[in-house]
Amino acid sequence: MSAVTQLPPAYEGEWKLPSRGRVAMFGLIIGESAIFTIFVVAYLFYIGKSLSGPTPQQVLEVPIFGTICLLSSSLTIWMAERSIERDNVTGFGAWLGATICLGLVFLGGTAVEWHKLIYRDGLTISTNLFGTTYYSLVGLHATHVIIGLLMLTIVFIFTLTGKVGRRYAERIAVLSMYWHFVDAVWVVVFTVVYIIGR
Amino acid sequence: MGENSLPLPGSLDMARPRPAARTLLEHLHEWVVTVDHKRLGILYVVYGIFFLLVAGAQAVAIRIQLAVPRNDFMSAQTYNRFFTMHGTTMVFLVGMTIIFGFANYLVPLQIGARDMAFPRLNAFSFWLTAFGGLLLYYSFIGGGGLYGVGSAPDVGWWAYAPLTARAFSPGHATDFWALSLIVMGFGTLGTAINIIATIFSMRCKGMTMMRMPLFSWLMLVDSGLTLITITPLTAAQFMLVIDRYLDGHFFDTQAGGSAVVWMHFFWIFGHPEVYVLVLPAFAIANEVIPVFSRKAIFGYPAMVAASVGIAFISLSVWAHHMFTVGMTSASNAFFVLSTEMVGIPTGIKIFNWLATIWGGKIRFATPMLFCIAFLFQFLIAGLTGIMLSIAPWNWQLHNSYFVVAHFHYVLVGAIVFCIFAGIYYWYPKVTGRMLDETMGKWHFWLFLIGFHVTFDTMHFVGLLGMPRSIYTYEPDRGWTTLNLVTSAGGIVQGIAVLIFAVNLVWSYYRGKLAGNDPWDAWTLEWSTASPPPVYNFAQDPVVRSRRPLWDLKHPEDPDWEYEG
Amino acid sequence: MKARSRHSIRWMIRAVAPGRVFASALLPVALLWLATNGPQATPSINAPASTPAHEIQTLEWFVLSITGGIFFVVAGLLTYAVIRYRAKAGDAPSEPPQIYGSTQIELAWTVIPVLIVLVLFLTTARLIFAIQDAPEPQSALDVTVIGHQFWWEFRYPKFGVVTANELHVPLSSKQSPQPTFLSLLSADTDHSFWVPQLAGKTDLIPNHPNSTWIDPLAPGMYVGQCAQFCGVQHALMLLRVYVDTPEQFSAWLKNQQQPAAAADDPSTQAGRRVFETEACMSCHTVRGTPATGRFGPDLTHLMSRQTLAAGAMPNTVENLKAWIKDPAQFKNGCLMPAMQLSDQQIDQLTDYLSTLR
Repeated sequence: MSAVTQLPPAYEGEWKLPSRGRVAMFGLIIGESAIFTIFVVAYLFYIGKSLSGPTPQQVLEVPIFGTICLLSSSLTIWMAERSIERDNVTGFGAWLGATICLGLVFLGGTAVEWHKLIYRDGLTISTNLFGTTYYSLVGLHATHVIIGLLMLTIVFIFTLTGKVGRRYAERIAVLSMYWHFVDAVWVVVFTVVYIIGR
Repeated sequence: MGENSLPLPGSLDMARPRPAARTLLEHLHEWVVTVDHKRLGILYVVYGIFFLLVAGAQAVAIRIQLAVPRNDFMSAQTYNRFFTMHGTTMVFLVGMTIIFGFANYLVPLQIGARDMAFPRLNAFSFWLTAFGGLLLYYSFIGGGGLYGVGSAPDVGWWAYAPLTARAFSPGHATDFWALSLIVMGFGTLGTAINIIATIFSMRCKGMTMMRMPLFSWLMLVDSGLTLITITPLTAAQFMLVIDRYLDGHFFDTQAGGSAVVWMHFFWIFGHPEVYVLVLPAFAIANEVIPVFSRKAIFGYPAMVAASVGIAFISLSVWAHHMFTVGMTSASNAFFVLSTEMVGIPTGIKIFNWLATIWGGKIRFATPMLFCIAFLFQFLIAGLTGIMLSIAPWNWQLHNSYFVVAHFHYVLVGAIVFCIFAGIYYWYPKVTGRMLDETMGKWHFWLFLIGFHVTFDTMHFVGLLGMPRSIYTYEPDRGWTTLNLVTSAGGIVQGIAVLIFAVNLVWSYYRGKLAGNDPWDAWTLEWSTASPPPVYNFAQDPVVRSRRPLWDLKHPEDPDWEYEG
Repeated sequence: MKARSRHSIRWMIRAVAPGRVFASALLPVALLWLATNGPQATPSINAPASTPAHEIQTLEWFVLSITGGIFFVVAGLLTYAVIRYRAKAGDAPSEPPQIYGSTQIELAWTVIPVLIVLVLFLTTARLIFAIQDAPEPQSALDVTVIGHQFWWEFRYPKFGVVTANELHVPLSSKQSPQPTFLSLLSADTDHSFWVPQLAGKTDLIPNHPNSTWIDPLAPGMYVGQCAQFCGVQHALMLLRVYVDTPEQFSAWLKNQQQPAAAADDPSTQAGRRVFETEACMSCHTVRGTPATGRFGPDLTHLMSRQTLAAGAMPNTVENLKAWIKDPAQFKNGCLMPAMQLSDQQIDQLTDYLSTLR
């Protein structure tokens, strides 16, 4: 009977398992990556196949500024992570706020870009294959940015009301995994839409 | 006793005292708000069995229509809705739900945990899935379809473009298909993530990955595969909805879009999906066969490697569903090779099961009967799969009844048989009572006979040139007798499943009391009470081998002395 | 399946034949292969009457012999194990010896399947290239097939012939091959051209032209049907391929090339007027008249066909009348509407249509 409780020496020590939050977020990222991959494949396949209407070369302007903002927000959220690990709540709030602002600037840039495309260039999701694949892919990404910003804002509000402390560092790390994912997807989308597709 | 980490049979019952009689409403409320993985598992399986009966009835209706040529039991419109719903229901509302129900119930118990990693996400995922299924069935009475009664999807479960475009499918049939599956897809994603997190992060002390029961290993692989299987379908369905409602052109051939792209996306989902469905069948066989052969599984590491191999290779075979669409000869050749390659780890598994039985002491209780039939039937299914992978032969067999026979051999002959085995095996754990053996044997033999009468015959009518998805056929094609025989087998299967349903209910109230471990098994779920208390284990278990209960029962010959 | 290089079809047939050793070892099978089946009512894939179907059947037997062998070995072992190792009443209560694995055995049963896969793959790949990339010889007949919901349009571009649902092709032979190369297009949803005795199926997908070929070796009528679910009446999108002797074929072709016979007697003329004023001509073509509709089948030689509505029923005057009166009666969901004609109009119309031989 007691044989079962005698563990080999190796296991007398710590039984260390990965954090469930991280594993789950990793799983979500894999699933989401598959969704984005399908939209990216559709985009790539349909390059040059539109039968009419404006082409990417004619109407797309490379969103350098927005991209720099979004990619920088990965840096700022990383700084925020480090702050909260050291229990520096003020620093955390500052960096988190910066992240949110940078994300909002990116979204604003997308909004301005889409306004131009729709009203000045006449490109909508139904115009041609380019329109369909462009708005779907960029829109899917923008939706994920919005969801991320919503979650970051909720955390920001909790920070302002003093609820956040070092004990939440793990959960914040999980959230920032998501944010890094959103940025990584943007690198892919940017490359496919503004570099390869143009 | 203080040192023991596993409760002895009949030891103190540490469950909370039951409250005084609850009203029906309180009882239902408990089930609706539960986050207990065991209850959610039961909800999934009950939901799945209900829709098994519904989709089974659809199958019987289909077979009545096809029993004689030029039959008018159902109109073309109704028939097309029935075969579409039969396929869609069986894959999503029966297969996926029962599989994740089993995983939900058993994985935490097998790894020595108290619940899943995210109990509330678990509940949310179940209700999303359940709602999605109800949305799909609402289509029979809702919407404004152009053809016939109601608006149930009628485009085949594969919903090829451009048939699903607004131009060719006005009305809401296709929308019900796409939207309900998108909703269910999110539910499935949540559960898959939950299972992965649970297995990685909540194993009990000493249970390394290579000491996990194979059922849990396969559910881990299955959940990982699900993450990248369901999501392409979700993406493609978003694209379809964009085409239908925002005038998008993803699959709009008039605007330069491609119908073949839909096929690629669908089968990039569709093929791995059948592995998502079959891996849990293997998972169940991996538990039942050793216990009823009284031997450890032969080649545990190889079984793990083969399962992971199957999952990866299955991602590269999808276009064997598209050999006839006009891909280049080089592409066709590639998919022949990849498809045959996925047969290798699959075959290895069959050999490992054979080697497990070899030299054992086989007990023919109902779970084992279903598993033995599974072994023969899965062998045949795999071989007809190899036949179908031969592209030129596929040019004849594709979309014929040979394919229908093949995939029913896998879905029913392998998966449903293993699900039945699993239910007979774990019902005692879930309810505390044994399923009746006599009814079980009637169920088994009738189902076996009906299955073979139907699906063995079906191969031949496919070889004689009968295509699938047809609501009727010409009397002079020589398919009449074979169809009649096929239909007769369907009735027998229906009777068998009804006996099973009766057994489930009857045994709940009158079955023999099971105790903790009625089968003399070896994994952790058998160390706790039947049914388990809500917290699963009185103390967190500590394990030292793949079969902790074997070690307990055979202290002179424990597994950990032999495992590397 | 798109044709490619320059060699003759004769070379291709020889190149595709199984290796000499194999052929001589299985002489009966080879004889079976050479013996051509005639058309039969049951469109079995194992009654091939054309080279692609023959080749596929040869590969089929080869694969079946391998998979059959695997089945008998493995099922045999399983059966043996289940009987030999069952728990018996007089058994000792102890557990049997626990065997956890064996590297040698596991290696063996990995390597052998790999070898089998290699053999299957190589024989298969060879046939894929042989059939799919078969070059189109000069003597080939070109036919364009356009799939519609729920009927077949056949065009013979070099001859100016357009017909529907019943395909006529010339007889071919090993000595003087006269294959028919089919260009496959679709006007709406996905369809699939499947005549099992003549070839494997190939899909008709809009915006995705495909091609396939047949070289029927015995004359007669071969049946098939659409093999890709295309909508409500997919089941009644039937196919007939008439393999004609050279004389029959040129006679048929010559007839099809003629414009419609002139309508001479009053009833026929009245029928033609009904045809042209009751919107029939907006969907149907009758060559030599103002009717140039393309949505429905070409009716110029309607009476030269044996069936109506893509095989849904025999082409008789009663059926034609009933069809025009209410197509949904025969093919509920087909795209031809009931035009609410009076019985007199339908009689006149049918008289007119009966002249379109």
